[in-house]
Amino acid sequence: MMPAIRAKASGKTAFVNVRLLDPATGLDQTGGLLMQDGVIAEIGPSVTRDNLPSDCRVIDGQGLCLAPGLVDMRVQVREPGFEHQETIETAGKSAAAGGVTTMVALPNTDPVIDDVAGVEFVARRARKVGLAKVFVYGAVSKGIEGHEITEMGLLHQAGAVAFCDGVNTIASARLLRQALSYSTFFDGMIVQHPEEPELSRGSHMNSGELATRLGLSGVSPLAEVIQIERDIRLVEMTGGRLHFSHISTGESVEVIRKAKKRGLKITCDTAPFYFALNENAVSDYRTFAKLSPPLRSEDDRQAIVMGLADGTIDTIASDHNPQDQDSKRLPFAQAAAGGVGLETLLPITLELYHNGHLSLLEAIDKITHAPAKLMKLENHGTLKPGSAADIVMFDPNRPAKIDPYKFQSKSKNSPFDGRLIQGVVLRTLIDGREVFTHPSCIEGS
Amino acid sequence: MGPEADHYPHPHLLGIEGLTPGEITLILDRAQHYAEKNRTADKTSNILAGSTVVNLFYENSTRTLTSFELAAKRLGADVINMTVGTSSVKKGETLIDTAMTLNAMNPDALVVRHADSGAVKLLSEKVNCAVLNAGDGRHEHPTQALLDALTIRRHKGRLHRLTVAICGDIAHSRVARSNILLLNTMGSRVRLIAPPTLIPSKIERMGVEIFHDMEEGLKDCDIVMMLRLQLERMEGSFIPSVREYFHFHGLDRAKLANAKPDALIMHPGPMNRGVEIDSEVADDVERSVIREQVEMGVAVRMAALEILVQNQRNLAGEHS
Repeated sequence: MMPAIRAKASGKTAFVNVRLLDPATGLDQTGGLLMQDGVIAEIGPSVTRDNLPSDCRVIDGQGLCLAPGLVDMRVQVREPGFEHQETIETAGKSAAAGGVTTMVALPNTDPVIDDVAGVEFVARRARKVGLAKVFVYGAVSKGIEGHEITEMGLLHQAGAVAFCDGVNTIASARLLRQALSYSTFFDGMIVQHPEEPELSRGSHMNSGELATRLGLSGVSPLAEVIQIERDIRLVEMTGGRLHFSHISTGESVEVIRKAKKRGLKITCDTAPFYFALNENAVSDYRTFAKLSPPLRSEDDRQAIVMGLADGTIDTIASDHNPQDQDSKRLPFAQAAAGGVGLETLLPITLELYHNGHLSLLEAIDKITHAPAKLMKLENHGTLKPGSAADIVMFDPNRPAKIDPYKFQSKSKNSPFDGRLIQGVVLRTLIDGREVFTHPSCIEGS
Repeated sequence: MGPEADHYPHPHLLGIEGLTPGEITLILDRAQHYAEKNRTADKTSNILAGSTVVNLFYENSTRTLTSFELAAKRLGADVINMTVGTSSVKKGETLIDTAMTLNAMNPDALVVRHADSGAVKLLSEKVNCAVLNAGDGRHEHPTQALLDALTIRRHKGRLHRLTVAICGDIAHSRVARSNILLLNTMGSRVRLIAPPTLIPSKIERMGVEIFHDMEEGLKDCDIVMMLRLQLERMEGSFIPSVREYFHFHGLDRAKLANAKPDALIMHPGPMNRGVEIDSEVADDVERSVIREQVEMGVAVRMAALEILVQNQRNLAGEHS
């Protein structure tokens, strides 16, 4: 595992009078949490203002929620190579504002993270910045070109927590078979962007009536499920561990559901875009809603919600893909795909709770414990004593409006611009250090 | 038919979508006036004297560019043509940068053609003058649909209760989309005839009937509108060969015999003779109105320019 030599808060701090949410242990009750030297020391109803050590800083949570810091397993930090769009520092600030304390960065930087030096560079920069904990994916293929596998074992040893080719599909069945097979010796996980590249080549949105009306070439949702079905066969053949990223169609959910029932080592995530928006968001050629995969039909959106509710979809990742204005203020076909996601991950996920699809604990699980478990990030995404004090305090009911110009991210390309939400991050702590405080909490805590 | 409109309320002409029957009729009536005037010795007026029209073409189109240029000049406007090859400029930035630069020169109208759907709308959001869409990607080409409508109306006397077959490369055609919208709005039935690879997904939801067989689709049609096979926009195998395409979907006398005896033959041009249309049919003086379409193009563009620039002037007057 990547070394995390970073400053920890010294001394003791406690939250009292909070609703404790720890999906790892199923805890959902009122109580308190004591941190000591950056580590969670004690948690539960017994932690009250009355029985804390005298030298302890006390924060009265006033009944608000306290949960593990979010674990975001799909983030593009854009450094090295695209620092005009995001850096490890700005991504860290964005993560802190969004309650994200751990993120896993894609390797599609420039240079690509396909060697040990790349993994170490990100680790070094992240330690220096000292905000969210940054882990990386190693590239599956050298240069993410899809031809030759990387030194996966060495990358794994250096700290790469899983492998993917960034936003590229691992198109070659041969390469994916080799990667899946090879990675079994260290139980590595391969992450696939499921989109059959030949079917989706030159397409810019979901195919269907809207694409036809807008005169944009559409990609059929079939491009996704075809890729998934092929890859499932390869998992069957190799016994490897495969994770599908940002699934977006009802058929994908169905196929994965069946594969899981057969006991295959298959998991998947989706992003808030795909359960909170449908293709109508790109009407008027709104490039901020141009995403990859594209936003789908309302039926697909509902199927994604169902997939989350029944557990077919294991986790929710922000799919944070910051783009500068020059990449987005273009005709739709020319504009880059992707949306900023770190700062909207929690409130949009909370919509699943507010709409009655998931309990609050289940919703939090999808963005904390479930991804941490999948990436084998022990002591992350949990409030268990002994774990790092990576914590988010939030108000699940506070209304707000998303304003990308207030984002900490360097980029502002959010398809959720102007959306009314319910749920606000109030405090984010990493190793017990408070790295984000909502303006309303700065005084009187 | 349709409610009468005495005012065109939009600042731009970006597409047929969103126009009411009254607004379409308003443009066509004014175009009819110009169509008649254009056949006289005195073709010019000074109604747009002092105004500047910029033709900004990111795609080559001699016909449309010339038509707009002539239209603007006949109204007395100063005209600047800018043809910008997409390959020679850095994409996107140039669109907005150029728009801002042109805007600073205070033109009254920008006529824009671009290879990307939605590009003209994007540009219209950045400028203060009227913007006319001269074709954006595979999205819309409103003046083409209006000139088609004017041609039809002159021959059939109406735009409702007609059966219109649009045949050929629907998938890549902005002309087809604008015509579907216009003809549906005006109360006509539209059939699309093409091989399945050239029919875009769910287009039937735009209120059209789909046919793959020419004979069947052309049966009892009032209008046969052929489209150019846009080989340059095709990536991959949409059709096996030009020869096969002509065999099944090219318009010749035998296939045309299925349409009504007085059915009009139309084509937005330029034609691929022997690919989507047989020369014998294209040049049939009794039935083909292809040349008249070109003539009506100038009249429609004069009407559109006049209405939009006058709107701008009225707005400027209100604000001054």
